[in-house]
Amino acid sequence: MLAAGFKKAGGDEMTDIPILEVTNLKKYYKISQGLFKSNIVVKAVDDISFSIKKGETFALVGESGCGKSTTGRTLLRLTEATSGEVRYKGKDLMSLPYEKMRFLRKELQMVFQDPYASLNPKMTIKQILTEPLRVHKKYTPSERTKKIIEILKIVGLSEEHLDRHPNEFSGGQRQRIGIARAVILNPDFIVADEPVSALDVSVQSQVINLMLDLQKEFELTYLFISHDLSVVEHMTDRVAVMYLGKIVELTETEKLFKDPKHPYTQALISAVPASHPREVKKRIVLTGDVPNPANPPSGCAFHTRCPFVMEKCKSIAPNLTEVADGHQTSCHLYSEKKEEKTNVIIHSEV
Amino acid sequence: METGTVTTANPLNVKAKKESKSKEIARKLLRSWTGVIGFSLIILLLILSIFGEVIAPFDPMDAQLRDRLLPPLTDGHLLGTDQLGRDILSRVIVGARVSVVIGLSTVLLAGLIGTIVGVIAGYYRGWIDIVLMRIVDVQLSFPFILLVLVISAVLGAGLTNIVISLALAGWVIFARVIRSEVLALREKEFITAAIATGVPKLQILVRHILPNIFTPIIILGSLQIGTYIIAEASVSFLGFGVQPPTAAWGNMLDEGKDYIFNSWWLITFPGIAIILTALGVNLFGDWLRDTLDPELKGE
Repeated sequence: MLAAGFKKAGGDEMTDIPILEVTNLKKYYKISQGLFKSNIVVKAVDDISFSIKKGETFALVGESGCGKSTTGRTLLRLTEATSGEVRYKGKDLMSLPYEKMRFLRKELQMVFQDPYASLNPKMTIKQILTEPLRVHKKYTPSERTKKIIEILKIVGLSEEHLDRHPNEFSGGQRQRIGIARAVILNPDFIVADEPVSALDVSVQSQVINLMLDLQKEFELTYLFISHDLSVVEHMTDRVAVMYLGKIVELTETEKLFKDPKHPYTQALISAVPASHPREVKKRIVLTGDVPNPANPPSGCAFHTRCPFVMEKCKSIAPNLTEVADGHQTSCHLYSEKKEEKTNVIIHSEV
Repeated sequence: METGTVTTANPLNVKAKKESKSKEIARKLLRSWTGVIGFSLIILLLILSIFGEVIAPFDPMDAQLRDRLLPPLTDGHLLGTDQLGRDILSRVIVGARVSVVIGLSTVLLAGLIGTIVGVIAGYYRGWIDIVLMRIVDVQLSFPFILLVLVISAVLGAGLTNIVISLALAGWVIFARVIRSEVLALREKEFITAAIATGVPKLQILVRHILPNIFTPIIILGSLQIGTYIIAEASVSFLGFGVQPPTAAWGNMLDEGKDYIFNSWWLITFPGIAIILTALGVNLFGDWLRDTLDPELKGE
């Protein structure tokens, strides 16, 4: 399983052409405080930029509330962005008219977190899977049924399930249906918003392997949103770590797990449970909670919990800069001299 | 594996499942005695309203002034006669039709208007929601019966007009409930999934929203029928509704009220008929709500 992930990373499907380029994406929510008070602005996604290459699996990780799901939804215009650009194959999605965007959705699909909420309870599996084909006018009605049966078999279900309703299935099976709905249009890009976090661990790996198989078969590009670092390590090529609406570190998955730069990433990775009881791991325990996104700290948003906090962190927000080859992070520690850097790298025994 | 679990959990094939569906509903109904009572009362009401003339022992319009104000159980008049000598049992039986016709047609009309308004307000939001909901608020601030009286005073008496005025006064409840259902629905993830698939807005409304508000419409409708039947009786009692000599429970009460101290049976029996009808409809509506409620559906 692991080998499959690595093979793909070096495989020929992946190219360096970005399929999706996100520039300065912002999503702010205004929260009304009542008639005579000024509104509070929550910066759910605060000026993030990244690009996803064709054929790769790009992960967005972070704690709940850090804006990773909002990013995924904003990319697909399921919520409108406050500002920023999302270029898909050169076209800016954010400025497309509604109908054009709707038309383009056959190439951009989504798998949702909760398989119990993302399928219409009143529809049969056949209706659920026919809908994308009908809406985008693909195939004739009789060909559609054939195609649906074909896709059901690919995701591990069968023809006899066609006339059943979602409530007759288990969580894992529902998620397979959700995945089938996303791939039936043969899309190029899929946003997977925590697709396995609602499932049992035993089912998780089945669904992940299915997604990896589908990626090979249909040459898919994934944006994989997750808080589960072991899943991310297993199946993604590159990772962006988010904290309070900002990307704090962005690099290849292997590099991130071997050599995390940002203190937040180091803490996150140290929190992944050891796979062997006798494996010695140094844990970095962060103090305090995630600050309220409605009232984020000044300077670097992480400075309230950072073990290496410096005076300048409290006032100046660091920018995402390249600190090693293909390894970007936003931390003042790396704008200082090289020697100091070595003190930071705690997580190296693995 | 997983596929196996479903097959063992549901060994019935599709055909057998369809057959057992009506049986299952009957079984669920029999489990609740209030549901059985409500259901029986509704069936009785429907039978009376369809075959009223055949069942009635006397002609409900036949005034025998010689036999006026006979107490119950005299000369074959089981429930006595009224001030014009008409058989009360026959009039109560025939009067069922007015109640059923008014109850059903009002609920259809009010439900239709209310659902359209509620869906538009809840689905499209924005200024149209604000305008529609303020209209609903204004109308809700008037007592229901007062509105019915005002509208029927403007429209004039008669069966059609009483239906229209009840519906015009009653649609707001539907609009309110349906709007809140739609508001909750449009935040559901399967609606987002439909948008992500690229389903056009109108199709989302028709294929995803409407089927999911069908159950609350049915439940609310069944509970509202009782209200409309009582309101019709009240309006008829006040002289605005169904006009005499047509037998309707409301105007029987109206005509009988002058004799209340000497001949109690004139108002008692139509009153009991109204109570039983409202009770039956409400019991059935409650049962329907408990049965169809999606939260309890899995059990």
